[in-house]
Amino acid sequence: MAKELIRLDNLTKSFGDNTVLKGLSLSVHENEFITLLGPSGCGKTTTLRIIGGFEKPDEGRVFFEGKDITDLEPNHRHINTVFQKYALFPHMNVEQNIAFGLKVSKKSDEYIKEKINYALKLVNLEGYEKRNINSLSGGQQQRIAMARAIVNEPKVLLLDEPLGALDLKLRQEMEYELIRLKNELGITFIYVTHDQEEALTMSDKVVVMNEGVIQQMGTPEEIYNEPQNAFVADFIGDSNIIDGFMIHDKLVNICGVDFPCVDSGFGENKAVDVVIRPEDVELGKPGKGQLDGEVIHNVFIGVHYEMEVMAGDYEWLVQSTTSHPVGEKVSIKVKADNIQIMHKPQSKDEEALDLDV
Amino acid sequence: MYKHRGFALPFIIMIIIGTLVPLCSIVFYGFTDDTGNFTIENFLAMFSEEHIKALIFSVLLALISTFICLILAYPLGLILRKSKLGKSGFVIFIFVLPMWMNFLLRTMAWQVILERNGLLDHFCQFLNIPFVEIINTPFAVVLGMVYDFLPFMILPIYNVLKSMDEGLIEASYDLGAGKFTTLRKVILPLSVPGIISGITMVFVPSLTTFVISNMLGGGKINLIGNIIEQEFTVSANWNLGSGLSFVMMILIVVSMVIFTKLDEDGEVNLL
Repeated sequence: MAKELIRLDNLTKSFGDNTVLKGLSLSVHENEFITLLGPSGCGKTTTLRIIGGFEKPDEGRVFFEGKDITDLEPNHRHINTVFQKYALFPHMNVEQNIAFGLKVSKKSDEYIKEKINYALKLVNLEGYEKRNINSLSGGQQQRIAMARAIVNEPKVLLLDEPLGALDLKLRQEMEYELIRLKNELGITFIYVTHDQEEALTMSDKVVVMNEGVIQQMGTPEEIYNEPQNAFVADFIGDSNIIDGFMIHDKLVNICGVDFPCVDSGFGENKAVDVVIRPEDVELGKPGKGQLDGEVIHNVFIGVHYEMEVMAGDYEWLVQSTTSHPVGEKVSIKVKADNIQIMHKPQSKDEEALDLDV
Repeated sequence: MYKHRGFALPFIIMIIIGTLVPLCSIVFYGFTDDTGNFTIENFLAMFSEEHIKALIFSVLLALISTFICLILAYPLGLILRKSKLGKSGFVIFIFVLPMWMNFLLRTMAWQVILERNGLLDHFCQFLNIPFVEIINTPFAVVLGMVYDFLPFMILPIYNVLKSMDEGLIEASYDLGAGKFTTLRKVILPLSVPGIISGITMVFVPSLTTFVISNMLGGGKINLIGNIIEQEFTVSANWNLGSGLSFVMMILIVVSMVIFTKLDEDGEVNLL
């Protein structure tokens, strides 16, 4: 495993009465693309600002390559940031913006010129040296902000929702661009977003946060396929979260019907949350599946049809490329390994405790 | 749009009566002598030794006052930008409060403080030191100008600093710049518009004032404003007064145009 670069140790932060971080601990390794994902107000941006040095935690320490940098000013940290609204200096042109950090650290003119050329080539904006910042489009400004940060050769690049202001098409392009940049530069990216698609597309590791607490940490596949609680399941993509209870290992009862599953270790006759992704629900002729129901909603959304099926007193969200008109009687079938069982949270604190894995 | 043109009428009437007519009469008086014949003597009079001296002295005092206002207002703006007090606007309110008092009254108050047997005199006696006689000196006039015009410097500077994007300052720190470099390379250049309007709003009234120099200069300090005023009141030479006023106006307009032009070109580099 790669070397540990940043370690956050039990960070707590409040703004007035509002506690934003509640004992957050996290390790970031060298050359990793790690994404902090969560709804607004979950503490992801605060975490990033603490790493950048713009906020001081109330409690807890920040370590960088083993050294405690909690009280170090941002200008003394070997970390650069791409800000949410880019924060490009409007009184300087592209070249001057990129050169800012290098001039501050008193690099030679030759070195600076070389670096500017290199950075502009890297972000595909060669020839833009003398352009005015205000004459650039959002996507171009975003690239210049990247260029300005990476010329300083930081070990870690912090990105605070850098794609938030771009339209969908451009955002998808930039996602691939960012992955390419990260691979070419070989540095660590810490990325903050509320967009689950961005997180899943780009990251090596996703950290799902809510209310100042890490909900789950893992690869995009782990987060998507094996959410550890209802919050994660709900936040990452659409899902059916159904009340159920474990009959015994590998058999769960939902809506009065027993479904074989692959999870075990939840005890017997224990209430659980059951997560089933809408694309994993298979519809068939009545009586041919595990549960019968009726289609009550059907919308075409491009790649597939999104339907709601009333079955066993639950509205199942179903995604399928085959359309079933509203009113049609159907049956529902779910494969055993597409059923994800989760503990029911007793309280929020316990929900958080579950996650120290 | 044209339907509502009529609403501008009161304003247009005001402009005609209050600005255009007086301006025309100044031009008319300036270009004529007391018999009503055409002359440019009144304009050339500005270049007489006495007037040039007064003009240079006025410019000097106005520059000093403007400079003092700037170095008082800018650090204040920087401090208030960050502090809670500044954000609530209370401190700014305190600084601007005197503006709501009559301008003559404020200047008169300084007269009472500085004159012999005034507050300052009593204070000196109390401390057993000789009276610091600054009344009727250029120093008193500068003091009066700074006091009267300081709010005009504070407001635009505070406004530009307050509305500055915090992200830009953080970006500067992020790129390795310290506090001083950030001030010099980011905050200061971005606050130039506020500084320019502050300088304009202090320099112009300082240059043309005659009330402050009259009250705190004791008639000994002859600024260009005093000379023009005396032409109208004492000498009753409206033609010369108008001529001099007109030249002053041109000088101010020209210097403002050059000044703002420099700003647009981004050539004003204050440090």
